[in-house]
Amino acid sequence: MKEIRLHGIGGMGTVKAGEILVHETVKEGKYGNSMPFFGFERQGAPVTSFVRLDDKPIRPKNKVYQPDCVIVLDPSLLVSANVFEGLNDNSIFVVNSRIENLEAIKISDRVARIAYVDATGIAMELLNRAIPNTIMLGAFARATGWAERKSLEEVIVKFFGEKNREAFRRGYDEVKVIELGEGQL
Amino acid sequence: MPEIKVQNGNMAAATGAALCRPDVIAAYPITPQTPVVEYLTQFKADGEIESTMSEVESELSAMSVVTGASLAGSRTFTATASQGLALMYEPYFRASTLRLPIVMAVVNREMISPQTLWGGPQDALCVRDAGWIQIYVEDNQEILDTIILAFRLAEDKGVLLPVNVCYDGFYLSHMSERVEVPDQASVDAFLPHYVPEHIKLDPIRPMSVDPLTNGYLLTEYRLRHTQGHQRALKLIDELDAEFANQFGRSYGGLVEEYCNTDSDAVLVTMGSMTGVAREAVDLARARGRKIGLLKLRAVRPFPGARVVKAIAGRKAFGVVDRSVSFGWGTGITFQEIRSAMYGEGSNIPAVPMIGGLGGEDVTIEHMMLAIDCIYKAVESGLSNETVWLNKEIDIM
Amino acid sequence: MKYISDYIVPIGPEGLYIIDTGKWRTRRPEMDIVKCKKCGTCFLYCPVHAVKRHEDKSYTIDYTYCKGCGICANECRFDSIEMIPEEGDSDA
Repeated sequence: MKEIRLHGIGGMGTVKAGEILVHETVKEGKYGNSMPFFGFERQGAPVTSFVRLDDKPIRPKNKVYQPDCVIVLDPSLLVSANVFEGLNDNSIFVVNSRIENLEAIKISDRVARIAYVDATGIAMELLNRAIPNTIMLGAFARATGWAERKSLEEVIVKFFGEKNREAFRRGYDEVKVIELGEGQL
Repeated sequence: MPEIKVQNGNMAAATGAALCRPDVIAAYPITPQTPVVEYLTQFKADGEIESTMSEVESELSAMSVVTGASLAGSRTFTATASQGLALMYEPYFRASTLRLPIVMAVVNREMISPQTLWGGPQDALCVRDAGWIQIYVEDNQEILDTIILAFRLAEDKGVLLPVNVCYDGFYLSHMSERVEVPDQASVDAFLPHYVPEHIKLDPIRPMSVDPLTNGYLLTEYRLRHTQGHQRALKLIDELDAEFANQFGRSYGGLVEEYCNTDSDAVLVTMGSMTGVAREAVDLARARGRKIGLLKLRAVRPFPGARVVKAIAGRKAFGVVDRSVSFGWGTGITFQEIRSAMYGEGSNIPAVPMIGGLGGEDVTIEHMMLAIDCIYKAVESGLSNETVWLNKEIDIM
Repeated sequence: MKYISDYIVPIGPEGLYIIDTGKWRTRRPEMDIVKCKKCGTCFLYCPVHAVKRHEDKSYTIDYTYCKGCGICANECRFDSIEMIPEEGDSDA
């Protein structure tokens, strides 16, 4: 079973992104669950989404405490939210970030692989709105390989329309994935 | 052919209700139940269901409308949560004592104060003696299936009682997972048309309904009511088998036992936290402890015999409650379980535990702690004081 | 166990009997059809539906169930109903 935690801000499609991962995995004949957690439902409030993916039925319905992957949809959350909490060893960290210089971000040493892409930039360019979730899903697919690329793309188009096909592909193609070895950064 | 979909608990509830072809639906929105009303209204607007949707101005109205519709012979459905359930308490009691087979989804939410929105069965458990049948479920598939079962149960001529299908707010209502949706034809085959005979507002066959009644008759009607519950005790198990036969899914009926045949101690849970309890049981067993799990589904009628069968002969049992019985200082279902054990198992050490209140997560650590507490009781041979799991975990 | 009721709920299709409220009267309402403006107020207020409405929108009192409560006389805005002492039997 893979456990994923998504961090976002209200209005960015964090919850929807989690649900889409479940749609994709169920489409492939497997199992998944996705649960949002928020305080007050409003734009601008921090939102966390908990996702589990597995080949067999998933029993736990509570929050994810030891994610194998964390997806951060807004770079401000690196500072304002506890995005590194509970990360498993050898986890994968996918972040929406424009920063080319990784040393500027303090990364936990339990992260084995980091993937970053300027999702907001791509979103503004393609969709004219700062909603990075479809691009981040593309980045996630490439960084983890836990979702079938074609399948995920079709689910995204089904939910969000053709415009987002390009967004997903850009996320997939433009994400930079870096393996962090011993004594990294 | 059934269809595999991804649905959250509220959608599963709305889908289940829609498949049962209710004649009248009246519900008032309240977090976390609101999407149920929205989905059903959307189904109606899209022409997918033929039910009459009644827009009401409060939950009191909702239950009153549904009572009236049921008295007129309709199959009815409604849904609510915590404060809404409290608001409709007056007609809620009447619905069961008039033996109306209404099905209501309760999206379990903590009662305020303090101000809260998150899941917990305190709301429905507090009204468990108002005469309704109450079944608590663990996941979204079970929500959908139990609603179909609920109509069949409620409308059985020996039962004729309204049914609450209760599921945790947010943990199930807002959680999306894989759900197999049966096709309409299969549901129609399982659930025949509702034809009321015992009570009906019908000009062709006029009857006075609910006149001022003396104590002698009232006593008799209460006795009959309890007989309806007795019949439900049997029927819940029978229908589970029939449902399994037709749809391929079984939930154990009144209760479900997991890894309990060779257990020396039992952990009792209810609702969505059962999922993580199963994980904890597997983990504890891998470490050599022969713990069993008892998942409580029906709280009313209370499955005393099956609970006794699951716990008798063990060295201790513990109940994790997501509710509080204030005067006792334990959880609510703990009282019910211990009461059932009086007699055959009255000397088995009992451990009351409370956790997950107000949206606090019940994690695998909490469940492992719960299992530890149960085995402490096994060693000491004594019952425990109430363990407040969230507070204990901090100490650890 | 012996039951006195055949029903599982408080209903009563048999033994539904109509209370002869007509026998309760000690005074009866008399309507002055000249003063009556056919406003229908007495019709709306009568608790036993003793005031009957006719096709031509006129109103008369049917004394079968009239219990002599006097509400119609009290509510009539044109003083066209008077309560007079009942004498003898209750046939209209």
